[in-house]
Amino acid sequence: MATLGELERTVMDLLWENPEAVTANALRDMLARRTHGEHASKELAVTTVLTVLSRLEKKGLVERARDTRPHRYQAVTSREEHTADLMHEVLGSAPNREAVLARFLGSVSDGEAATLRKLLGHS
Amino acid sequence: MIWASYALAVLAIILAWPAPIILSKAQWPARSPFTAMILWQAIALAGGLSMIGAMLVWGLDPLGDNLLAGMGVLAGIVFGNRSTEALGFWHVFALSAAFLLGLHLVFTLLLTYIRIHRQRRRHRDLLRILSSPSPESASTVVINHPAPVAYCLPGGARSVTVLSDGLVNLLELDELEAVLIHEQTHLTQRHHLLLWAFAAWRSALPWLPTSQLAQRSVNELIEMLADDEALKSVDKTSLIKAIAIVASGTGPSESTDDDDGALAGSSSALGHYDAGSSPVGTPGGPIESGMDAVTTSHRVSRLITPRPALPQSGQSIIVGMSAALLAAPTVLLIVPGLWAL
Repeated sequence: MATLGELERTVMDLLWENPEAVTANALRDMLARRTHGEHASKELAVTTVLTVLSRLEKKGLVERARDTRPHRYQAVTSREEHTADLMHEVLGSAPNREAVLARFLGSVSDGEAATLRKLLGHS
Repeated sequence: MIWASYALAVLAIILAWPAPIILSKAQWPARSPFTAMILWQAIALAGGLSMIGAMLVWGLDPLGDNLLAGMGVLAGIVFGNRSTEALGFWHVFALSAAFLLGLHLVFTLLLTYIRIHRQRRRHRDLLRILSSPSPESASTVVINHPAPVAYCLPGGARSVTVLSDGLVNLLELDELEAVLIHEQTHLTQRHHLLLWAFAAWRSALPWLPTSQLAQRSVNELIEMLADDEALKSVDKTSLIKAIAIVASGTGPSESTDDDDGALAGSSSALGHYDAGSSPVGTPGGPIESGMDAVTTSHRVSRLITPRPALPQSGQSIIVGMSAALLAAPTVLLIVPGLWAL
């Protein structure tokens, strides 16, 4: 049985591939097809899919359309955008890179700058 | 006992102000980062101890000849409704300040831990969904992002090193190896604990400019330690190139327009993306990112123009000094009591 973490991953992959909102039932069928080779015998319960979806909703990755029954789910934003957000967290104030660069260039000695250029394949 | 409180106060002032400034300007830490790290820890710890100790000892002076006796009487006053006549207003003030400062330091440490822990858990959650395991090495994941990024996310058995595929595409095998060892060193040497302690120190005492200085120096030293570890396995050129490429966002081949193009590649560095950044601990503000350039240039300088490590004797002296620093407040707190025996 795949762990909840792995399921979250697969569910998100499916949602990102599907631009349209889907129901938990449809998602279960897609999951069954997706994992056909590996876990063919394991039948996934819709309740499990719903659990995964609500966890993803709490994490802000999935939004639920409540105007229809059954509810339909879709990804909040694209994978790229989430990645960009995450990387922004790591990179901090990325727009400042230019300033950082200027300071670095100002703070190495001429000799070191020459050595660096040589190392990086410039003469 | 009163002289002990004055001695502690002098020590606290020295450790809070001139000592960190002198150490942060010194050249030798780049030669022996490990030794320098020990000294920084001793300064911070002894500084906190003597700050609290000075106020405590001064406030307890009227109550007893030594710390223990004084504490005993104080406990009687606080819990036993004993008369407070012995204590003047300023004594009560000093004791309260000592108590509150101690509490403040401990709580800030805890709160910082909780904040970092939460941030990391959230980050790891998203990472699990957004990244895929690296085929080359265990506990390494690759995330789909064009910018060259490398950092590590500590978390015990779930510690992970994150590389962007932008980075993987730009780096040669040796350079990638350098990056991986650099990041793994942060994890194995538990650098996040140091960052945590000094981040807490800084947020506990934001009015103390040297707390920022200490954090910055410690950030730089752990990068140097990780570089040194990487140098044991890969050659220096690969490491320097890796630092430059990570910093630049472009590979050497792409920056052919002008002479500075290649250099333009060398701004911040591995360091900016790993231990110093938010997943590990310190929230990256504009000041840190401004200082990254300096950190990177220090790191690259010491790789290009290496200087020998401090001689053994020098290192021993510094370690001895660190031990003395820690011993001093402890002794000053206890000695008046020993005398009384």
